[in-house]
Amino acid sequence: MTPITETVIVDYGMGNLRSVEKALEHAGGRPLISGDPERVRNADRLILPGVGAFGDAMKNLKQKGLDGALRQAVRGGTPLLGLCLGLQLLFTRSEEFGSHEGLDLIPGSVLRINEPGLRVPHVGWNQVEGSRPNPLLEGIAEGSYFYFVHSFYVQPDDPADVLRWTSYGFRFCSIACREKVWGAQFHPEKSQEAGKRLLRNFLTIL
Amino acid sequence: MLAKRIIPCLDVRDGRVVKGTRFVNLVDAGDPVEAAARYDSEGADELIFLDITASSDRRDIVTRMVRSVADRISIPFTVGGGLRTLEDIQAILRAGADKISLNTSAVENPGFISEASRYFGSQCIVVAIDARRALPWNPDAPRWEVTTHGGRVSRSREAVEWAVAAAREGAGEILLTSMDRDGTKDGYDNILNARVAGMVDIPVIASGGCGSLEHIADAFTEGNASAALAASIFHFGQHTISECKRFLHELGIPVRLT
Repeated sequence: MTPITETVIVDYGMGNLRSVEKALEHAGGRPLISGDPERVRNADRLILPGVGAFGDAMKNLKQKGLDGALRQAVRGGTPLLGLCLGLQLLFTRSEEFGSHEGLDLIPGSVLRINEPGLRVPHVGWNQVEGSRPNPLLEGIAEGSYFYFVHSFYVQPDDPADVLRWTSYGFRFCSIACREKVWGAQFHPEKSQEAGKRLLRNFLTIL
Repeated sequence: MLAKRIIPCLDVRDGRVVKGTRFVNLVDAGDPVEAAARYDSEGADELIFLDITASSDRRDIVTRMVRSVADRISIPFTVGGGLRTLEDIQAILRAGADKISLNTSAVENPGFISEASRYFGSQCIVVAIDARRALPWNPDAPRWEVTTHGGRVSRSREAVEWAVAAAREGAGEILLTSMDRDGTKDGYDNILNARVAGMVDIPVIASGGCGSLEHIADAFTEGNASAALAASIFHFGQHTISECKRFLHELGIPVRLT
């Protein structure tokens, strides 16, 4: 049974929040879209979505005072799930169009996909590899497909922060996890049943 | 492994799905929201809506449709047709589309691609190219002309060169339609597809001419496409998406089976 708690979808002016909101409603959650740092500090759980450029996103988060609010919430034990750009923002630094500092909730870097012969962006349905148990992945089989669209990937400093891998000519971290901070490079809200299950799992994490 | 994508395309006019041959002789093919929901449940990987509504309140009509589609499906979808400003794009993305496609506005002002991709991110900017074989056709030195307005207007631009330029401007994907094949069911122009796929390092979506499941397989094996777009064979019940996926899977082509 999913506890009826409020999930705040962090609004910092980047990306399609509607599909995330709708997916959470379907998963039985009570999503609230908000860019108010106070709401973020008091949320029961947090989703950091986003598409677009890393530098702009960090600038927006800082302008709205959301970077501090997110760090504070995480320090207080609030579960946080970053999606796509939202995953990348959790990391220490990015090399996207210059060098940028991230939220540094998971130590590591954001790098450009730069393998000879690979089409970039990596677009489409790809599989997750690995079987390390985690409440976020309850009931999601190894090899499940999720929808990806990205040109950058994350590289955690500590391999223990990698929860799942994905192969696209090389192997990259597609789900990261450090304590109660998770991030997925793909879009669960666009990934049919597997994505719905992942979001439902996140809603039940205590 | 990254799966090859199967993308049903819905040409929409005044809120209805239509299908014609080379963008003329349009016949009604149903309600776009219902069609989208059906394709989602059948296992389509993405959807593309190309809007050809001409009325003055088109933006409202299209935005309403996009919102209804977004509420019903849980796969990504692209919307194209008549988008000329960043505000046009913003309205579609805010209504719930994942990507937009640019055609005429990009041909007329290539800088609009870079402007849009800087603002919204390359990953949501698809550049649609309607290409027609340039005559006289020389198989040893093939050339395609870029057309707009459903093939009615020829542009003084070579299509492969335009694809390369569009990618350089920041397009995230190329939706490549053969105007010679569109609506004919004769198969994709895989010479064109392979040529463009070999020249750009972004994904190419093959479009125009799909009449059978074999054609879709050919788009991947001969055309080197990342995705195949089809309309008639799915709209009129000739094949389901799941049949298509099973067929490709048996040929050893990586697809997402649902």
